[in-house]
Amino acid sequence: MEIKEFMETTLTNSGSEVWILACNAEEVPENGGVCVKFGDQQIALFYFTRRNEWYATQNQCPHRQQMALSRGMIGSHVGEPKIACPFHKNTFSLVTGKNISGGVGDLTVYPVRLKENKVYIRVK
Amino acid sequence: MVGFKCCEKLIQKSNGLFEITAFGEEIRPAYDRVHLTEYFSGKSLEQLQLAPESWYAENGISLHLGDPVCQINRHEKTVDTFKGLTLPYDVLILATGSAPFVPAIPGVEKNGVCLYRNIEDLDLIAHWAKKSKKGAVIGGGLLGLEAAKALMDLDIPDVSIIEFSPKLMPRQIDQAGSIVLETKLKNLGLSILLNKNTLEILGDNRVQKLQFSDGTSLEIDLLVISAGIRPRDELAKLCGLDTGVRGGIKVDDQMRTTDPFIYAVGECALHEGLIYGLVAPGYEMAEVACSNILLQEKKFNGYDMSTKLKLIGVDVASFGDPFGQLTPADTIIIQDSKKGIYKRINISRDGKYLLGGILIGEAQQYNLLMQTVKNKIQLPDDPQEILLGSNNRHPGTAAGVNSLPDEAIICSCESITKKTICSLVRDEGCESTETIKRATRAGTGCGGCIPLVKDLMLATMKAEGKYIRTVICEHFHHSRQELFDLVKMNRIKSYENVLNHLGQGDGCEVCKPVVVSILASLWNEMPLKKGNATAQDSNDRFLANIQKGGSYSVVPRIPGGEITPQKLIVIGEIAAKYGLYTKITGGQRIDMFGAHLNDLPSIWEELIDAGFESGHAYGKALRTVKSCVGSTWCRFGLHDSVSFAIQIEERYRGLRAPHKLKSAVSGCIRECAEAQSKDFGLIATEKGWNIYVCGNGGSKPQHAVLLASDVDETTCIKYIDRFLMFYIQTADPLTRTAPWLNKMEGGIDYLRNVVVNDSLGMGSQWETEMQFHMNSYRCEWKEAIETPEIRKRFNHFVNAPSEKDPTLEFEPMRNQKKAKEWK
Repeated sequence: MEIKEFMETTLTNSGSEVWILACNAEEVPENGGVCVKFGDQQIALFYFTRRNEWYATQNQCPHRQQMALSRGMIGSHVGEPKIACPFHKNTFSLVTGKNISGGVGDLTVYPVRLKENKVYIRVK
Repeated sequence: MVGFKCCEKLIQKSNGLFEITAFGEEIRPAYDRVHLTEYFSGKSLEQLQLAPESWYAENGISLHLGDPVCQINRHEKTVDTFKGLTLPYDVLILATGSAPFVPAIPGVEKNGVCLYRNIEDLDLIAHWAKKSKKGAVIGGGLLGLEAAKALMDLDIPDVSIIEFSPKLMPRQIDQAGSIVLETKLKNLGLSILLNKNTLEILGDNRVQKLQFSDGTSLEIDLLVISAGIRPRDELAKLCGLDTGVRGGIKVDDQMRTTDPFIYAVGECALHEGLIYGLVAPGYEMAEVACSNILLQEKKFNGYDMSTKLKLIGVDVASFGDPFGQLTPADTIIIQDSKKGIYKRINISRDGKYLLGGILIGEAQQYNLLMQTVKNKIQLPDDPQEILLGSNNRHPGTAAGVNSLPDEAIICSCESITKKTICSLVRDEGCESTETIKRATRAGTGCGGCIPLVKDLMLATMKAEGKYIRTVICEHFHHSRQELFDLVKMNRIKSYENVLNHLGQGDGCEVCKPVVVSILASLWNEMPLKKGNATAQDSNDRFLANIQKGGSYSVVPRIPGGEITPQKLIVIGEIAAKYGLYTKITGGQRIDMFGAHLNDLPSIWEELIDAGFESGHAYGKALRTVKSCVGSTWCRFGLHDSVSFAIQIEERYRGLRAPHKLKSAVSGCIRECAEAQSKDFGLIATEKGWNIYVCGNGGSKPQHAVLLASDVDETTCIKYIDRFLMFYIQTADPLTRTAPWLNKMEGGIDYLRNVVVNDSLGMGSQWETEMQFHMNSYRCEWKEAIETPEIRKRFNHFVNAPSEKDPTLEFEPMRNQKKAKEWK
């Protein structure tokens, strides 16, 4: 499927922000992530099945600029949901994007909405 | 930082008694200057901030940023600010800090000349660094070396340090120590120029060259000046407070200036003729000043200037009286020029007390030595013992920390005593450094005391009779061995159920791979089975090794290193078709690098069609069984090592373990297969085979040890079955067989007893379990490509399945390709 198609099925538009249709809910593995293409951007989308929560962050790890976070493991750090980069196991909060392990920058996070079994991400 | 500390202390102590107004020259709230260099390694401004702007409002502090006070009217008790405000005060605290000292060298105004003090300086350095190839730092002190590290972090290939005096860090270390440090820094690629007086900075607009007084010069295009600090006392001078000849606002023991309503703290304060340029004494001054403002008696008695830091990867510590000059002292020096280690201690003439010292290259003992100085702990009869930490198996633990008095300050940034930490562990059940950090803030400043906090915690737990063991993480309070037994007894088969029954929380990147490895060792099910797939470490999850840039490598199994010409051709054709870089591995296989995630299933489909199977190079599993050519061709060979290697590799292929497993079989004592460097290795003898176990290559090589000699092939297999099962069930996560054996009580004798004499009576059970493993083995890649659900997971984009990751980049090299260097 092409990106254009998704753009046409956006939920609402407000200013420069737009909800894009990412995929069907069942396309995201349980307690894991997938990578969503939006123009030149790559967004990592996670379904934290245990907590029934959805999160989206930039796919690029700020440490070595690798497009890999969607392939990382998710988990919790003292209750805070987090993602670990597969390259060097730097960890980031899925809620705020803040770096937890220390020493590298933070992630941009995006709001996620589930409607009629379809997953939408709000991007700029 | 010290100004912020004053705000914090006043709020803590006064309960809203004061109306607090804070003025700052910089446009952002106070940030952590101690860790300023981390700004270059990716730390954001927000992370460096001591507290967000909202914190000030929440605590009733009115914060004026970018609005410095420019005049104090002591008669009226008011301050005038840059933006034109006039506000009254009852008490005023000056925490104006210091400014970098800029020597009057002609040319300092040129482009490309920077200072190293605040965020703006760093941004400016980063700006010029993009266009620079040769950087230099004037000043070989603590900050100068940090600045040099910052230039290296910015990828400037050529960095020089220029120091006026004949040694580095002149205030902290001695000449001999400086020589050791110089060698270490030179090995890291830095140039060190000592005894250099810079006469002029040359260049048209941009800095081009440094001219030194000895007639030499140095070509550069970026210069950072870090030649010391000068206290910011101009405001104090202007309103007639006493200041020192070389700068600094004079204060008494209560941190009061010559005006009793005005205090000065931090780097701007001059106490007994000394300026303290470190954060810990600054915090202590804040404590003293705030206490006195609230009419609590407290005195500043000077401060220990001990420091420990990691400079560009080299530990440097200086404590107490490092040069042994303040009181008569004897000196003990230990130096290892080869390893780059220099340790000096100064002890009192009667040999009873430690006065101070210097540690370079290895500073594990710093905390303990500094405590020994501070608390005047009596030295052992042979004082050099305290320097020879390496003979002691656990340097700095138990006996060491137990000898400290209760009032010993463990964290000097936050003034936390041993007593506070021990009672938290004993009475509040804080049994991790994390919980202690949260409860006391110990270790949240410079972080140097964390090892000591941990040692204290462990010693207290031990004294309480607590059983100390290595637990996996916050989600599983079990050792790996306990978890293994529990999963086995309860017959649990998925990560989620293990977490539900035996753990807590939502798991993490530490426990997930451990649990799924245990599940694989026990039940040998497909690792990408639904539910367990996302708990696999990323290499296992995609059945390939992720490489620099995000591409993957592919390693088919080539048992014993034996391969037909037809199969070699297939590998060549596949590699050419998918544009892969090929290399022979150390384990006699062929590795193909640079595969797109999307291409992995089709690459494997073609490999499997040609008769290959997964090589498990991505797993903590059996990798290869290397062999020499053996008696079929070799004129020295005693037995057919290739056939035996293939038999062994096919028996244990896919076996998941706490870490990777490597093996080798040699056909005679010449040992061409290097079996004695493997987790298990076999060497042919006249009468059978010798079995060697627990060898390791890697960063800490260790020779394998002889487990049994002259045994036949059936017995070999039986012993290896038992050995591997014993290892898999009892080792800690990510522990190879060599460290596993090193930690085993009784060592190889015990292991031999278990494996050869079956002292635990587990032999036949382990053999049955290994037989189960063999019978249930299936090639994971075959299953993956035949299962559409799993195959779909190899798409990079969920919403554009046919597109590959466009950010993967390669560069040509020797007629093949390589991954693009990362930033």
